[in-house]
Amino acid sequence: MSDGRSGELAAPIIHVRGLVTRIGGRVLHENLDLDVHPGEVLGVVGGSGSGKSVLLRTIVGLARPVAGEVEVFGEALRLLSDARRRALEARWGVLFQDGALFSSMTVAQNIAVPLREQLYLPQRLMDEIAALKIALVGLPPDAGAKFPAELSGGMRKRAGLARALALDPQLLFLDEPTAGLDPIAAGDFDTLIRDLQTSLGLTVFMVTHDLDSLAAICDRIAVLVDKRLIIGTMAELLRHPDPWIQAYFHGPRGRAALGERMTSSGG
Amino acid sequence: MKPGYGGFDTVRQGDRLVLQAMGHWLVASVAALDAGLRGIETAGARSVLFDLSHIEGLDTVGAWLLLRTCRAFERRGVAASIENVPEAFGPLLDQVARNEPSPPAAARRRLHHTVLEGIQFVGEATVELLLMARELLNFFGLVCVTMMRVWWQPSRLRVASLVAQMQRTGVSALPIVGLLSFLIGVVLTFQGADQLRRFGAEIFAVNLLGIGVLRELGGLMTAVIVAGRSGSAFTAELGAMQVNEEIDAMRTLGLDPVEILVLPRLFGLFLVLPLLTFYADVMALIGGALMSWAALGIPLAAFLRQLHDAILGWTLWLGLVKAPFFAATIALVGCHAGLRVSRSAESVGRLTTLSVVQSIFLVIVIDALFSILFSTLHV
Repeated sequence: MSDGRSGELAAPIIHVRGLVTRIGGRVLHENLDLDVHPGEVLGVVGGSGSGKSVLLRTIVGLARPVAGEVEVFGEALRLLSDARRRALEARWGVLFQDGALFSSMTVAQNIAVPLREQLYLPQRLMDEIAALKIALVGLPPDAGAKFPAELSGGMRKRAGLARALALDPQLLFLDEPTAGLDPIAAGDFDTLIRDLQTSLGLTVFMVTHDLDSLAAICDRIAVLVDKRLIIGTMAELLRHPDPWIQAYFHGPRGRAALGERMTSSGG
Repeated sequence: MKPGYGGFDTVRQGDRLVLQAMGHWLVASVAALDAGLRGIETAGARSVLFDLSHIEGLDTVGAWLLLRTCRAFERRGVAASIENVPEAFGPLLDQVARNEPSPPAAARRRLHHTVLEGIQFVGEATVELLLMARELLNFFGLVCVTMMRVWWQPSRLRVASLVAQMQRTGVSALPIVGLLSFLIGVVLTFQGADQLRRFGAEIFAVNLLGIGVLRELGGLMTAVIVAGRSGSAFTAELGAMQVNEEIDAMRTLGLDPVEILVLPRLFGLFLVLPLLTFYADVMALIGGALMSWAALGIPLAAFLRQLHDAILGWTLWLGLVKAPFFAATIALVGCHAGLRVSRSAESVGRLTTLSVVQSIFLVIVIDALFSILFSTLHV
């Protein structure tokens, strides 16, 4: 959506150059480069412990890189003042693995937290916005008054997504959004994300292990191998010679998930 | 992000009201719009039209405000429509329209709210207290049954865990218990002597100290400190395990959480608390002796002679006999609260507080019961 809010951003929304991160003495990323363009859905995959979540945390500023530059919306996070940083953080939403809802608040209160922190809105309007977001992510209206502990895993993720969308961000970070959901719920969640992405014009950075999500909603896929990212569309990656990528996409589960796509491209 | 201006102009065209939306209708700039939109007067117009041709930015909240205003007009019998939607905002508006939340029924709940909720709260708290007492009794029974089983098969007692618990609840508590008891001894002696000086009976401050510390204060102080230190730790440890589903995992592996987690804590505290109490008694007497010598000029030999006259053979035991009961109470309440934690961080905190408050309360109640018992036995 090239409207007034993102018109000035022809440049990449996320710009990472020469990133080096180290956790507990182990190097996770070495000279990693990444560009995420406005309006695209990027899926990040990689083996367990390869540093996908750490990459996400580094981009949003929760983890510090050893070296390299990370720019989001054209601004280097590390150099910003607190006020500028808060303003920048209002432009993205993060969905953590299990929703990371505040357990002492109801779902509606959870959604109101970013509104309360960033803006001055009348309480009535905040209630309405919370109800709207709850409906947008496909939760029943009575979910707003419930506490996170009373929700199922899938509902918690939807509630987490509603909170991430509270400030109408342009950029959405998702950490394994479909992990732990049954295939039907996972499929619904994929549809929901794609749906919101097109109608709200979101840019999505998604860490996932779910081959079905990758095939269904990602425009490009970034594979984390040997501490670097190999980025391409699904079709390009299917032909990539790297053994890990081959094993990932052409293993039994990969073939099952991508079966349709491969036969259609072959025929 | 530039907040940008968002607003609208009202134009009357015959019996039609045209609302010309302008600028950025975004969540960041919407606070002012909200009140304005609620206050639009139709002034006899038959229909209302939102013209979006001049709108520059729109997000879900802006779209919601448009739709909400339309609905409000429709409820008043005025036809409302949205026209000239820029292409870029079409899908967004559709998306919000598809998921329009039903109007909130929040305002109606207010009325008898406070009074009724107050009564309800008292009722709920009372019922919960009674249920909790019953549950605690249940748990006590369960622990007794488990204890019997371990009695017949002593090899089932986890010795390593027991020793670790004794280390954590006993040895690690020595500095704080010692320091506080020492100070209690100092204060008690000084204040006692200050009052008794008026009768020229300063020396009897030693009696006060001896009886007070050995019979009551030593045990009580130690139990309160241990309830705060270890009772809360029991609840938090077991609670965190509960949150992590570790206790469920134990059950599926055929392990009994009461046997593995509760018994070592219970026995550990049971063994350690009397020792801690004795240590506290000694520290308090040392504090008292030091104070008598420094401030009252009573030499150590006189202090010891007076103490020897004041306390009878069983005075020490009257204090120590209570310690195992305190220990059992603290361990049971702490572990029980830990096992009641549901799967949220908030409940760990709530139950930890509850466990400390409850165990200190019960310790004092038990102490009072012992006082009654001793006085009827004339000891």
